[in-house]
Amino acid sequence: MMTLKVNGREHQVGADPDTPLLYVLRDDLKLNAAKFGCGLGQCGSCAVIVDGKAVLSCITPMVLLEGKQVTTLEGLGSVSEPAPIQRAFIEEQAAQCGYCIPGMMMRAQALLLKNSKPTDAEIRAALEQHLCRCGTHMRILRAVRRAARLMETTDASSTANRSAQ
Amino acid sequence: MNAPLILNRRRVLAGGGALIVSFSLTNAFAQDQAPAATPPLRRPGSLATTPYLDSWIRIDADGSITVFTGKAELGQGFRTAFQQITAEELDLPFESLEVITADTKLTANEGYTAGSRSMQDSGAAIQNAAAQVRELLVAEAAKRLDLPAENLRTENGAVISPDGRRLSYGELVAADMLHVQAQPKSRLKDPATLKVMGQSVPRVDIPAKVTGGAAYVQDMRLPGMVHARVVRPPSYGAQLTECDSSAVEKLPGVVKVVRDGNFLAVVAEKEFQAIKAMNALSLAAKWKESASLPKQDDLLNVLTHLPSQDFTILERGDPSVLSSKSIEAIYTRPYQLHGSIGPSCAVAQFADETMTVWTHTQGVYPDRQAIAEMLRMPPANVRLIHVEGSGCYGHNGADDAAADAALIARALPGRAVRVQWMREQEHAWEPFGPAMVTKLNASLDSNGKIAAWHFEVFSNTHSMRPGGAGALLAAQHMTQSFAVPEPKPLPLPEGGGDRNAIPIHTLPSARVVHHFIPAMPLRISALRALGAYHNVFSIESFMDELAGLAGADPVEFRLKHLDDVRGREVIEKAAQGFGWKRNVRPADRGHGFAFARYKNLAAYCAVASELEVNRETGRPRLVRAVAAVDAGQVVNPDGLINQIEGAILQSMSWTLYESVTFDDTRITSVDWQTYPILRFDAVPESVEVHIINRPGQPFLGSGETAQGPAAASIANAIANATGKRLRDLPLTRKRIKQAIDA
Repeated sequence: MMTLKVNGREHQVGADPDTPLLYVLRDDLKLNAAKFGCGLGQCGSCAVIVDGKAVLSCITPMVLLEGKQVTTLEGLGSVSEPAPIQRAFIEEQAAQCGYCIPGMMMRAQALLLKNSKPTDAEIRAALEQHLCRCGTHMRILRAVRRAARLMETTDASSTANRSAQ
Repeated sequence: MNAPLILNRRRVLAGGGALIVSFSLTNAFAQDQAPAATPPLRRPGSLATTPYLDSWIRIDADGSITVFTGKAELGQGFRTAFQQITAEELDLPFESLEVITADTKLTANEGYTAGSRSMQDSGAAIQNAAAQVRELLVAEAAKRLDLPAENLRTENGAVISPDGRRLSYGELVAADMLHVQAQPKSRLKDPATLKVMGQSVPRVDIPAKVTGGAAYVQDMRLPGMVHARVVRPPSYGAQLTECDSSAVEKLPGVVKVVRDGNFLAVVAEKEFQAIKAMNALSLAAKWKESASLPKQDDLLNVLTHLPSQDFTILERGDPSVLSSKSIEAIYTRPYQLHGSIGPSCAVAQFADETMTVWTHTQGVYPDRQAIAEMLRMPPANVRLIHVEGSGCYGHNGADDAAADAALIARALPGRAVRVQWMREQEHAWEPFGPAMVTKLNASLDSNGKIAAWHFEVFSNTHSMRPGGAGALLAAQHMTQSFAVPEPKPLPLPEGGGDRNAIPIHTLPSARVVHHFIPAMPLRISALRALGAYHNVFSIESFMDELAGLAGADPVEFRLKHLDDVRGREVIEKAAQGFGWKRNVRPADRGHGFAFARYKNLAAYCAVASELEVNRETGRPRLVRAVAAVDAGQVVNPDGLINQIEGAILQSMSWTLYESVTFDDTRITSVDWQTYPILRFDAVPESVEVHIINRPGQPFLGSGETAQGPAAASIANAIANATGKRLRDLPLTRKRIKQAIDA
């Protein structure tokens, strides 16, 4: 048994230590967002955030994650309370089949956490190892830019609320 | 295919025959009763094959309303569009509706979700069915209220009288009221009054997809479900000579090793246990392989020398007379991948003599028939339910994964079995988009117009989709195997290898020959746009070559050869949106233009592009693309724009980067390193889509219309930027560099 911290909750996981995080998330924790795309670290569909950094869960064995904070798309928000990155992708209708989108969103979220105003070139560079087959790239880029703006206003308004109190 | 769906209950009610009930305001009853000298009007869309209204729309007594479509949502967003259409014609709140997609127990048999036909087939059926259901409800209300129907209106799921009395649809609907055959004509809403159709309603599926909701067959978790992996042969035709699976069977979590001839699979309790067991089983399996593949770098010779059946599909004037001003060219296309980002997956469960398969197939009915044949079960005992997968863009591994799951589930009665293909399996075993060769020659008259046009296309079929079991890998590999069905050319006007081979242009003399090649050295089937991708690439590249010969502007040259008014408007719109000017382009950049009407009968699309070439490296960069599209009446403008944007980027990827590689025995492009596709560094700065809406006109399929024009537009921009014409796809950096240096 190993303790894995995912989306702020601790889970006791009985999978073999060499099991890639992706299968622990999907199979043991029944989470859907991280997707199997290649199992080779080539496409980005499985990206999640570990201690603030985007990580490809299909090639990251669970044993390396002891004591670390894993965040998946489920941990950011929900349909009723979407996080800024989720709102942005909905508002830009940035999906066709949508299969690659959760990985893209986690990569973008990790970027925006450390760089709240990325340039277009920085967004493209961050998403470089992510593949989309439907050709939704233009919308994905727009959604990430929108998410940056939304996060700024969300931060600003929450700061304003706090100072008002 | 397309037999009407009639449930057993209905057969009983109908006494074995069709129950035909006429309703007010139409006079089509006589046509149904007595087919007279004039044939009856054809019902719109898929109502022609599934005429009963309640096959499409169900109203329950509690007022809940369900729409049924036999088409599969593949990420094109039609679920939302169908919901809009129904809300509009039935005067319902958009949110109140539920749409059920392809399921052999619940929905009409609409064959395959293919050929950009969903809006034309299912959209038209649902629109007309909804309009006729509305009239039935109004007629019923008129009877109950003792008022003339024309005094009543519908709003928010109810019929309302002038004095404000309100009868909800749920109150009005009686047992079999909607179990009537549709009339050929409907009173559709006046396009000028539309409220929901024509709006960019946000897609209903996106919120779940961006929050980790269960959205795909990959996300299914049935009680007690086990995980399976298949060990595919290393190459086509390989024979399993030896496989001691005893050690694998003892691995943690392993439930069963399934072997049937050359079909080999392993089932485990947990997913990663199944993967480990698959790897171990793969090492234990010994195969006898044979070198049967053609030379990858010589496809031109391979394809033009295989035996072919030759069809002259257009003969006009005397194209053999070539004037002195004539040119010829040969264009080639390699085998290319669908390359879904999520490898194929399916879940199957065999219980109570019934096989249920959850699958992302594009055709639940044909795939059911094939799987039933493979299992030697009656089709009635096999149910296929469509669940979305990763985008497929045609016939990928979906049907094969469904067959794998069914075959394995039969060996484990009662247990739900989830089969997930690995990346390498999808790359090596999906049926590829066929390689093609086109040969063109044409001549100009003294006015710089095309005098004669000669086009030949060499191609396999473009559909090996299941009809019979032999189309399925599992059925080919099992001991009592099924032979691969004889390939057939797909009939015109839609065509397969010859899709869009007949030019839309006005040409005084033209000859078009389709060389249909039955032998398939590589496993192939339908890839988005079928032959239209290469044929339009060829025709529209060649149009530029001819414009060059004539000393004419490419856009003017196209307009000079096109009478189709809607086509001309699309060309003009794209040129205008792009700011097309003759011979004006920035240094090291080129402008390209191309146009087609998909299948010469679906949506029109023109694409203008600006592309930069690095002369040192040969690397092309698409800077911007501007498209115009006429898809008839538009239901969801943003959905249409999304489709066209996506098609341009996908076609750009095919055109600049992609070819399946192989040696004499094995497919060697087995992952994203060996089969590179578009990445973000090469994504254009902007893609603009201009829609020409045609309210009141039929829906025209648009999902595939941009593939060909985008390819040719890019090729023309490369030629414009470098002065060199590239005719062999893909137009890679290396080939561009070689052309520049030549």
